Amino acid sequence: MPPAVLRSPKPKATRRQRNRTLWFWVFVGPFAVGLALFTYVPLGWSVVLSFFDAHNTVTPRDFAGLGNYRRILSDPEFRSSLTTFAVFSAIIVPATFALSLALALAVNRLRWAQAFFRSVFFLPTACSYVVAALVWKMSIFNGVRFGLANTVLGWFGAEPVAWLATTHPPWYWLVIGTVRLWLQTGFYMILFLAGLQRIPVRLYEAAALDGARPGWQTFRYITFPALRATSVAVALLLVINAFQAFDEFFNLLSDARGYPPYARPPLVYLYYTALGQGQDLGLGSAGAVVLALVIAVVTVVQARWSGLGRKEE
Amino acid sequence: MPITRRRLLAAGGGLALAGATAAACGSNTGRGGGGSGGGLSHWYHQYGEAGTEQAVRRYAAAYKKTRVSVQWRPGNYDQQTAAALLSGSGPDVFEVNGPTLDQILGGQVVDLTDLVKDVKDDFQQSVLAPKTHGGRIWGIPQTVDAQFLYYRKSLLDKAGVRPPRSLDELVDAARRLTDRRIKGLFLGNDGGAGVLGATPLYAAGLSPVTADGKVGFDDPAAARALAKIRRLYEDKSLLLGAPADWSDPSAFVQGLTAMQWSGLWALPQITKALGDDVGVLPFPADGPAGKPAVPVGAYAAAVSARSDRKEEAKEYVRWLWVEQTRYQEDFALSYGLHLPARISLARKADRLRRGPAAEASRYAAEHGHADPLLWTVASKVAYQDALSRIIKDGADPEGQLKAVVRTTEAELARVRKRS
Repeated sequence: MPPAVLRSPKPKATRRQRNRTLWFWVFVGPFAVGLALFTYVPLGWSVVLSFFDAHNTVTPRDFAGLGNYRRILSDPEFRSSLTTFAVFSAIIVPATFALSLALALAVNRLRWAQAFFRSVFFLPTACSYVVAALVWKMSIFNGVRFGLANTVLGWFGAEPVAWLATTHPPWYWLVIGTVRLWLQTGFYMILFLAGLQRIPVRLYEAAALDGARPGWQTFRYITFPALRATSVAVALLLVINAFQAFDEFFNLLSDARGYPPYARPPLVYLYYTALGQGQDLGLGSAGAVVLALVIAVVTVVQARWSGLGRKEE
Repeated sequence: MPITRRRLLAAGGGLALAGATAAACGSNTGRGGGGSGGGLSHWYHQYGEAGTEQAVRRYAAAYKKTRVSVQWRPGNYDQQTAAALLSGSGPDVFEVNGPTLDQILGGQVVDLTDLVKDVKDDFQQSVLAPKTHGGRIWGIPQTVDAQFLYYRKSLLDKAGVRPPRSLDELVDAARRLTDRRIKGLFLGNDGGAGVLGATPLYAAGLSPVTADGKVGFDDPAAARALAKIRRLYEDKSLLLGAPADWSDPSAFVQGLTAMQWSGLWALPQITKALGDDVGVLPFPADGPAGKPAVPVGAYAAAVSARSDRKEEAKEYVRWLWVEQTRYQEDFALSYGLHLPARISLARKADRLRRGPAAEASRYAAEHGHADPLLWTVASKVAYQDALSRIIKDGADPEGQLKAVVRTTEAELARVRKRS
């Protein structure tokens, strides 16, 4: 073939290629810049701050070495916040997982009004954590006799319960747990629904021909194993979300004077340390680095254990 | 229609132009460089009393030397200002529930000593002292807020209880006033850990930090007083979980509690609802060395060290919070009820001469105490955590206080090193 013929389509392809590059940067560029500016630069700066004595300044001069790390790791309040949240995760992750899976199975089996129920369960996801926390705190679980929960208790002759102020028994966990379940179950239900709808019907037909009974047996041997990839992703997201909990805790339990020492998540602790009037940005940054490492380790261990990314069998 | 690069750039340029126009019209922060000209930016936290916002905007508009734009900021104001002071985009002038010692030591606020040097003695010394460090004044008190124990006279009479004059009497009264429909006392939804703060220490004749900079509560009297607050919780005499917290008198006027700890600012609302069926008391004394305690505090006007108009800002602060006594009087007395920060204004205030307001004013003068500047945020948080554990969990007061003593000593050593 003559070289002219070979060369002729080349400029056209190059222009298209250039256009592709341009569109790539038009769409990705702003996000990349935003990500760099608002995530990676502060992240890097936070790591730098964690090695300095940075009271009331983000441009410190007094190098503190590992001093902030020593302080944060020996602080019983920080350690207690981590422990509390390990326990919280251990409860809320399986609870949300089970409830969202159960809802997905129930909605998936519906023959009528499926879209309606899907929307009903998903709608709370659109509600802000702040708004939901205030509704829970001020109308459902307030501690006076005319709060919704206390009114119901009153029908049975029970005394009003100060839900958020009682530590023995720790009723505040009921408030925190229910608001979180209400807010996030719908989202994970949708993920499970998507997973359920990807399971081929022929699998169930084959199982039925082999004598598998519908119900638990089918779920145990067909549905749940087929949902493995979705389940692993959901569990991973739930664990990360649990460790990042802030909004509902802050809005349910804090007041103008501060936050009680119980049910204090690591992020609330770090918020008060670094951004509250304390303004100990060095210590707060060291805490943020430690927390990020904890989340990373938990995520990697969980991913390894559950086989995330392993090829489907 | 295919999008060419030229068309895309034209659209982008149009958007940028529209954005710049919108910014020039709508984003007037009061700082230089904007389309509507420069000026001073003055931040206030959102007050609960109606009319306060309009009043401060009126004061700012009356200042003729430069334009002042007022920002009325809801939400966590202390956190907002603390964060804003780290950057150059914060206010020029701001009111602050402080400034804190770390803000002063960190060079975040401007020395205002020369603004008040001629009238220093006319300010309530209990609130001026925590604004003073190293002999310099770092904030000008705007108005004094004081907290008291409000009680319903009729409910106490019905229960045969006299207004409590000691902490033991308060515990007893709260228990006797409690029944199925009403609680004896409301100290806030956390049982008092937040709002009481160091007040029980003062009631026991102690203080968080002594005048010579040492821990002031390493004493058995402190543990004894705090154990009595726990007693209130154990007796189920405390109202907990009210829709509005201690700073709002709703629980008291709605009959959910017979006694409530709240601020003087709530008095107009309380008397409007309950008439003269209300009495006011300081926090009662505890033990032989104890004395009644009235916590007082003051938001102060401060100038940000990051401002590029510090001299103009100081001049404006002098005008508003030193010279314009009629505005200071209006600010303290016309919206809610506060004590004027200036002694001369407090003396001639008609609203403070009769009824519970007169009693409150006298109690504040006789028993008022403000948190010392050396009682740092970290010490306060450790103490509040300990108080919460004592009240709600029944933790041993002595053990808890020992841990707070250690934290406070470490904090005192840290700030001494920075000073």
